[in-house]
Amino acid sequence: MRNRILLLLTAAFAVLIAWNLKNILLSLPDEARQDAVYRILYFHAPAAMVGLTGFGVGMVFSGIYLATKNLYWDTLAASTTEVSLMLAAINLVTGSIWGRQQWGVWWAWDARLTSMLVCWLVFAGYLMMRRAVQEPDTRARLSAVISVFGTVNAWFVYKVIEWVPRLQHPAPVLSFRTGGKIDRQLETPFFWMVLAYVLLAVILVMIRMRQESVAREIDSLRRLAHA
Amino acid sequence: MNRISASSASQRENSFLFLRQCFTIAAKDLRAEWRTKEALNASLAFSTVILILFSFALDPNPEMLQEFSGGLLWLVFLFAGALVLNRSFAREMQNDCLDALLASPVPPSGLFLGKALANYALLMMLEFLCLAEFGILFNVRWLGNIGPLALVMALGTWALTVIGTMFSALTVNLRLREVMLPVLVYPMMVPPMMAAMILTTDLLAGNALAGNMLWVRVLVGFDVIFTLLGVALIDTVLVG
Repeated sequence: MRNRILLLLTAAFAVLIAWNLKNILLSLPDEARQDAVYRILYFHAPAAMVGLTGFGVGMVFSGIYLATKNLYWDTLAASTTEVSLMLAAINLVTGSIWGRQQWGVWWAWDARLTSMLVCWLVFAGYLMMRRAVQEPDTRARLSAVISVFGTVNAWFVYKVIEWVPRLQHPAPVLSFRTGGKIDRQLETPFFWMVLAYVLLAVILVMIRMRQESVAREIDSLRRLAHA
Repeated sequence: MNRISASSASQRENSFLFLRQCFTIAAKDLRAEWRTKEALNASLAFSTVILILFSFALDPNPEMLQEFSGGLLWLVFLFAGALVLNRSFAREMQNDCLDALLASPVPPSGLFLGKALANYALLMMLEFLCLAEFGILFNVRWLGNIGPLALVMALGTWALTVIGTMFSALTVNLRLREVMLPVLVYPMMVPPMMAAMILTTDLLAGNALAGNMLWVRVLVGFDVIFTLLGVALIDTVLVG
């Protein structure tokens, strides 16, 4: 059953991403001031949105683990955080490429860029910590606490950025954000891209979960063989 | 009526007891540190070495120092602070002292706050010594703005203390404890450190605090949020 859902989701993702890529790369016109390179926005911003949300979702799973002490939730939290970390990395890399093209530098120490990097480092620390602990219960407990600290920190940084007066990074452009103004024709593919990223994240988390359960099964078989 | 006043009296007694427990833990830690002075001596020696190395790395002329002083100082505090914080819970590993402390009537939050207070006192002492040293070695005048500077140091150091003590408890049983603590603490410390560095640079340049209240708010907000989180979650970390 789970395999079939996974297959279905993957098929949906493949269709969606193909259609979206065609739209973004072939149908959309170039932007007035940036020419073709603005298209990276469709990969850059949704990755950040889904990635940061993923860290929050990971925190919720961690909270459920702390409430129920069921290791399933810990595995789910870890998988979600892992996938979110990858999305955050996509965001950083695509942003860097765009920055090289538009600003002439790979990196600028602007608050928004720095905050994403910090967020990435915090959760990279989370995954490193998981490797340093062998005992599953302790690992789950400690990583749940780091997940809460990291997510609250990310949220805090996100709020602080809005207080910082001058930023190099472009302000939000989407129409539901205050001050955002983007042409409808450019905005619609953006939301499809967000959906594609969500699908991708769900698929990867599901695969990661399956891998984890297989690993657990192998482990118990090995123990049985040694017993 | 009587019952209400009795319960509020017992509540007051409880919170008084809690405070006393915190201070007992803090006093115990400070006394142990005072007798051995191992964390303090090591971190002081370490910070002196870093300050000296900075002078080679950066060729300190007055204009450049004006721009970097806050950043340099807080880097020294962070590096030297990690040494103090690392010891905080690790010192309880010998003879299973941590288990004894957890089995004692002191709640984990009391243990956490007590240890945080002790670390705070040590770090503040360390920082003022570093500041004096910095002033002498780099010819920076800081006494003129001492009030606001002390406030910024107090707020920034509390942020470092809370995060550091929490992660010290978290990493105490890990392999690679000495490595994991900075890896986890430094990224978490970026928002308050950014604020503290900007404020300190500005204050050392002789400006007033009033123009930078945004960053003071960042520091206060960070301190409040993470103190509460620490108190709420320490139970999970230490006991499970």
